Amino acid sequence: MTTPHATPRATTEGTVYTVTGGDWDEIVENAAASDDERIIVNMGPQHPSTHGVLRLILEIDGETVTEARCGIGYLHTGIEKNLEFRSWTQGTTFVTRMDYLTPFFNETAYCLGVEKLLGIEDQIPDRATVLRVLLMELNRLSSHLVCIATGGMELGATTIMIYGFRDRELVLDLFELITGLRMNHAFVRPGGLAQDLPPGAVDQLREFVKTMKKNLPEYDALATGNPIFKARMQDVGYLDLTGCMALGATGPILRSAGLPHDLRKTDPYCGYETYDFEVPTADSCDAYGRFLIRLEEMRQSLRIIEQCIDRLEPGPVMVADKKIAWPAQLALGPDGLGNSLDHIKKIMGTSMEALIHHFKLVTEGFRVPVGQAYTAVESPKGELGVHVVSDGGTRPYRVHFRDPSFTNLQAMAAMCEGGQVADVIVAVASIDPVMGGVDR
Amino acid sequence: MGLEEKLPSGFVLTTVEQAAGWVRKSSVFPATFGLACCAIEMMTTGAGRYDLARFGMEVFRGSPRQADLMIVAGRVSQKMAPVLRQVYDQMPNPKWVISMGVCASSGGMFNNYAIVQGVDHIVPVDIYLPGCPPRPEMLMDAILKLHQKIQGSKLGVNAEEAAREAEEAALNALPLIEMKGLMR
Amino acid sequence: MSDEHNGSSVPAPRDEHGEVIGVRRGMFGANNGGDTSGYGGLVRTVALPGASSRPYGGWFDEVADELEGALEEQGLVPENAIEKTVVDRDELTFHIAREHLVNVAKTLRDDPALRFELCTGVSGVHFPGDKGRELHAVYHLRSLTHGRLIRVEVSTPDEDRHLPSLVPVYPTNDWHEREAYDFFGLVFDGHPALTRIMMPDDWQGFPQRKDYPLGGIPVEYKGAQIPAPDQRRSYS
Repeated sequence: MTTPHATPRATTEGTVYTVTGGDWDEIVENAAASDDERIIVNMGPQHPSTHGVLRLILEIDGETVTEARCGIGYLHTGIEKNLEFRSWTQGTTFVTRMDYLTPFFNETAYCLGVEKLLGIEDQIPDRATVLRVLLMELNRLSSHLVCIATGGMELGATTIMIYGFRDRELVLDLFELITGLRMNHAFVRPGGLAQDLPPGAVDQLREFVKTMKKNLPEYDALATGNPIFKARMQDVGYLDLTGCMALGATGPILRSAGLPHDLRKTDPYCGYETYDFEVPTADSCDAYGRFLIRLEEMRQSLRIIEQCIDRLEPGPVMVADKKIAWPAQLALGPDGLGNSLDHIKKIMGTSMEALIHHFKLVTEGFRVPVGQAYTAVESPKGELGVHVVSDGGTRPYRVHFRDPSFTNLQAMAAMCEGGQVADVIVAVASIDPVMGGVDR
Repeated sequence: MGLEEKLPSGFVLTTVEQAAGWVRKSSVFPATFGLACCAIEMMTTGAGRYDLARFGMEVFRGSPRQADLMIVAGRVSQKMAPVLRQVYDQMPNPKWVISMGVCASSGGMFNNYAIVQGVDHIVPVDIYLPGCPPRPEMLMDAILKLHQKIQGSKLGVNAEEAAREAEEAALNALPLIEMKGLMR
Repeated sequence: MSDEHNGSSVPAPRDEHGEVIGVRRGMFGANNGGDTSGYGGLVRTVALPGASSRPYGGWFDEVADELEGALEEQGLVPENAIEKTVVDRDELTFHIAREHLVNVAKTLRDDPALRFELCTGVSGVHFPGDKGRELHAVYHLRSLTHGRLIRVEVSTPDEDRHLPSLVPVYPTNDWHEREAYDFFGLVFDGHPALTRIMMPDDWQGFPQRKDYPLGGIPVEYKGAQIPAPDQRRSYS
């Protein structure tokens, strides 16, 4: 057989190749013979079932995913850099917007870090700590509800989405009552909380627990035993313990592999060791196991919330040290959260020292001794770690968030490769990545 | 666009304008363009309590080809900006944009290297919606205001006239820095 | 790499009293123009916490002993690998020479008495004032077996921003190292695909270094120009 291409011909300047062309039929034949149905599919960064601006690059062979890669960074906000130009207290305003479904975890982790640097962990009032736990557990409920709701929607189960958002609204009502905002609260501050519970909050909290106890079984009735739901979720997104440990996956993913690792138990903070609750696990290593774990964690969160309500003793919610405590006695006014009128009367009318102090602390902020600290909390997605570095100034020198979504999302390839295209959606939904946390 | 753009100005055109506006505003299909925190509030708006279906808008389209409203919900990063423009370009005319939240409208608190300081650098914006994030009620208010705008939009020669007038008004408007009184 | 400080491509030797990372002058950050506060002559050096001496307290001694013993078993001199040990705020930090990082990490992971199975990623820190060791890579290792947490810190000079990758030991560091490269320009030798992860591929510079500006723009608000946060007055 002769080659269809002409031979190269040498000239004085070099080799010249001439293309005389081949036969298209030959190319088509070759392509058919290689049985190559591989195509690259780009999902996102704007796709309805990728949890925000996640880009999935899938190499598929027929219906089978042979290779899966993530493209992230489409929501990179530079929050860590922005923090370096604001005071330590203003930092909470930024970190709350990182993983926007778990604002209280971001704030608490950050504030625990700052408090560790300041060396005032022991001086945080009990009431503030109990309220932090209360808010975090409420937040765990709302985050898991969104996970289950959007996860259900991505499976095509729109009903579950309506249910999830219905119950999330109840949590947001409480957040709004307590902090004045539905999302992005900046309520937990270094040294304590921005303000105390408003009147009537405890009654509403009790009412909420009662309602949720009635509502949670509905998810069981709707999804847990549902054969279609199970068929879509079981044995999908498989990641065993070895994979979890190698990839650093924490949270429900790790617990679905059977390891009861929960920082609330293994490395307690905020007095979690004194609360009575259990860490649910599963041994199925799949998306369905993670769903069951999330459901059970919501029940456990309700237990903790009940204990928190019982433990609430009257007292301050901010550390007594006036060099750190936010001076403004904040109060909810008709135009939102602001300085209380009494406080303004005092600093403007009677005490110039108080005015100077207020001014210095609010504009300049407090100084934090040189050093670094790492604090971690168990967010609904896993270990949320904060590495804070101070150079002794009034601004953070460097704050780094080890966001669980970011780390867990690495496991996407391990979960999806070899599976079906439709299962990619389920696997990603079971990781529950929030791009605000992944990209920060 | 179709025949309505070729109609002569006068009674026929204004009647068609009203009819077209009414039809268009009654069934706006938003594209899912959730980016950050605001996206969660956008989803909440579509869910049970706030129920966007009351305004014929509960169907969020996954494909920009089937959508005529883009709700830019959240901060737009430099990396996302070309994608956003591409999605916008894929939407068929007529199309509208709501810039939801301060980050999309002006960059908000993220005045830094990573975030586009206002999505109006990339796509024309019809409604700016402040808030961080705006409440679902605010989003619905913005949507109703957009409905009013769609209802009153012009066609054909009238549209050209309106565009000319808007251009004129924009050229004559005082810069914000020179405004006096309550606008300051 | 030799221990002596030849040129700029080798980390500077450590100071006994902790690295000086900067000098703070004055009181109110009025660096341009006169400081009328009366504190203009105030000069304070800023130094990170210095090396600690034994006993470190609690389980810190046990971990340090085990690590040194395990390194000796491999024929390494612990003093060469562990530049200094800092105990600060109830946290144990090993400063590791970068050429020994992989060995130390492997030992920390595999030694039955240590068992730091979980790496929570790497956090880059840029100290322009820490001459000769400007870039620090900070790893936090968690032991699920023993319920412990330690910090491993590696530093490199700005001229030679190379350090070995920990991906072979802790695969979870894949994205974390790409992130540290993206933001600080730290080059992790041996990483399977060290590319930008957050910023667009064609981005210039490493945005979270201290010499990279915040990049904010002035905002016009009610007739006034409000400068970007990094252009405003700061308090030193």
